[in-house]
Amino acid sequence: MTGIRRHAAAVAFFGLLIAFAVAGPWIFELFALLQLSTFSALALATLGLAFVWGSMGILSFGHAAFFGLGAYAYAITVLNLADSTLALPLAILTPALFSLLLGYFLFFGRVGDVYLAVITLCVTLILFSFMNSTSDPSYRIGSAMLGGFNGINGVPPLNWPGEPDAFLSPEAMFRFCFVILALVYGLLYLLRLSAPGRIMVAVRENELRSQLLGYDTRLYKMAGFTVSAAIAGLAGALFTANAGFVGPTVFGLNQASQFLLWVVAGGLGTLAGPLVASFVFQYLANHLGTSQLINTSLVFGAIIIFLVLLMPRGILPAAQAAWVAAMVGRDACRSTSLTPPRHW
Amino acid sequence: MDQLVVLLIAVATSVALLALVSLGLAIIFGMMRVINFAHGEFIMLGGYATVLSANHGVNIWAAIFVVAPATVAAVGLVAERLIVRRFYGQTVMTLLATWGLSLFLIGAVTALFGNTTHGVAAPLGSVALGAYSVSAYQLVLIAVVAVLIVASLVALNRTSWGLVARGTMQNPEMASTLGIDPKRVYAVTFTAGAALAGLAGGLLAPISGVIPHMGASYVARAFVTVISGGTAMVTGMISAAALFGPIEALLSFATTPVIGQAGLLVAAVILLRLMPEGISGRFSGRRT
Repeated sequence: MTGIRRHAAAVAFFGLLIAFAVAGPWIFELFALLQLSTFSALALATLGLAFVWGSMGILSFGHAAFFGLGAYAYAITVLNLADSTLALPLAILTPALFSLLLGYFLFFGRVGDVYLAVITLCVTLILFSFMNSTSDPSYRIGSAMLGGFNGINGVPPLNWPGEPDAFLSPEAMFRFCFVILALVYGLLYLLRLSAPGRIMVAVRENELRSQLLGYDTRLYKMAGFTVSAAIAGLAGALFTANAGFVGPTVFGLNQASQFLLWVVAGGLGTLAGPLVASFVFQYLANHLGTSQLINTSLVFGAIIIFLVLLMPRGILPAAQAAWVAAMVGRDACRSTSLTPPRHW
Repeated sequence: MDQLVVLLIAVATSVALLALVSLGLAIIFGMMRVINFAHGEFIMLGGYATVLSANHGVNIWAAIFVVAPATVAAVGLVAERLIVRRFYGQTVMTLLATWGLSLFLIGAVTALFGNTTHGVAAPLGSVALGAYSVSAYQLVLIAVVAVLIVASLVALNRTSWGLVARGTMQNPEMASTLGIDPKRVYAVTFTAGAALAGLAGGLLAPISGVIPHMGASYVARAFVTVISGGTAMVTGMISAAALFGPIEALLSFATTPVIGQAGLLVAAVILLRLMPEGISGRFSGRRT
């Protein structure tokens, strides 16, 4: 895959997302439209994780923490102000600030990769148990009750900036979500091509060497971590705006692990793969959940195990390898290493 | 005075519980660097093995000390043979595979036994302490954990098996040139860790009851304790438990259990900021 073709794939994917955003409301029924909007919010969070993990090698289980913080920040702000104009920026800012604080401890403490994964996971779980215990009416921020295990119900959707009474229609909401998704994809892709993005990849490949070349790797890690947290926060806000509800499960272990699963399934080191994978898996999960034939955890657990055993590099890279093999007619690279391909 | 004793027992219980749920993980993660996300589910399975066998007429002590570890050791061995051994050296893949295993086990237990709490009565009744009474089982638990810790230290440091295991972890190539099969050592170590997790579940069952998703509440605490412990597996883990246990117990005592858990985590993050190598990394050297 040479340079031009490499970017062609990304541009085509970006165009596809935009086209989908425009044409979606004419294709889908209302129910599918609403569902896809919700899916897209989670896909957006996955994109942030795909970036921070794939490009920087930071395995963050705390992604759900940032996602949940964004979701709660949005819900609390909207309920207090009855206007979502300020709520979106706040939902981005809250997790970003939190990630700066956490990142300071983790990156400046030089916590190792594995430890970082576990600590971020613990942060998520602590937030989960904290939110679970806020059912007492005394836990309130302004006029918004946190609601403990029941979460916050009746969160209003997005409204046009500055017009608190003009809510976005489901169609507009759908378009907004997918345009945001496309933009974030495009921006992250461009970031990876830029000089700072190159340094981020260098940090992943060899942190010591990057340091010896004079880069303060801690700052780059912090930056990447915060960018992904901000994206996750925005995703959380969109998720809540779509669902009209936020509960402690946004911090749950399942939520935290789902993002990771989607990134691995789509292909670590790519951006488009995880994005597509998150839609596929969410559709599957919903399908399984509504059929009630068999326990969802059981099926999902089995799927994950098989996926990791059979396609350790992810679906997109595996498909690519198969495609290349079919085109070239020889056995494509079959390494099980996690060195990501350099495209998409 | 009596109140002080009760508080001390609460703190000791907290430390013992932390050490108990972390011990199996200290063996698996501390020695093999395998992140076993199904650790909490191993504990859960141990709990179920105890409750179900005790409710079917098995003596409660036999259920705790024999049935639970044996059941989970079998599960651990199968998991190691089928899944974990394919990913040695690939942290992320192991993590995902064991997370899949964890979901699978939760789903399987839910499908088999339903999503409700099962319990078994704690044996031994209670001991009077002036105006207060303490459950005698708690005191037994503290003693059992102490014995377990001493036993695992002896097994690792004073037996040839422990020497072989530690040597293999440090340098598998060298071990295999000396005629030791690293694969077997890994399998045995993983199974031993699983058995300890099962025993922890068995011991916890009378206190907390069992429910399919109970593992999640232990897995984070266990990981934090083991990681903060640092390179020396068992001793480090115990130091961390001795540090975090009181923090959690006293905070829970003063406020709510949730604040206690949060305090534990904050303490761990601050500790790792000050000692990135963990507690035992400060006095490093021996990996036991």
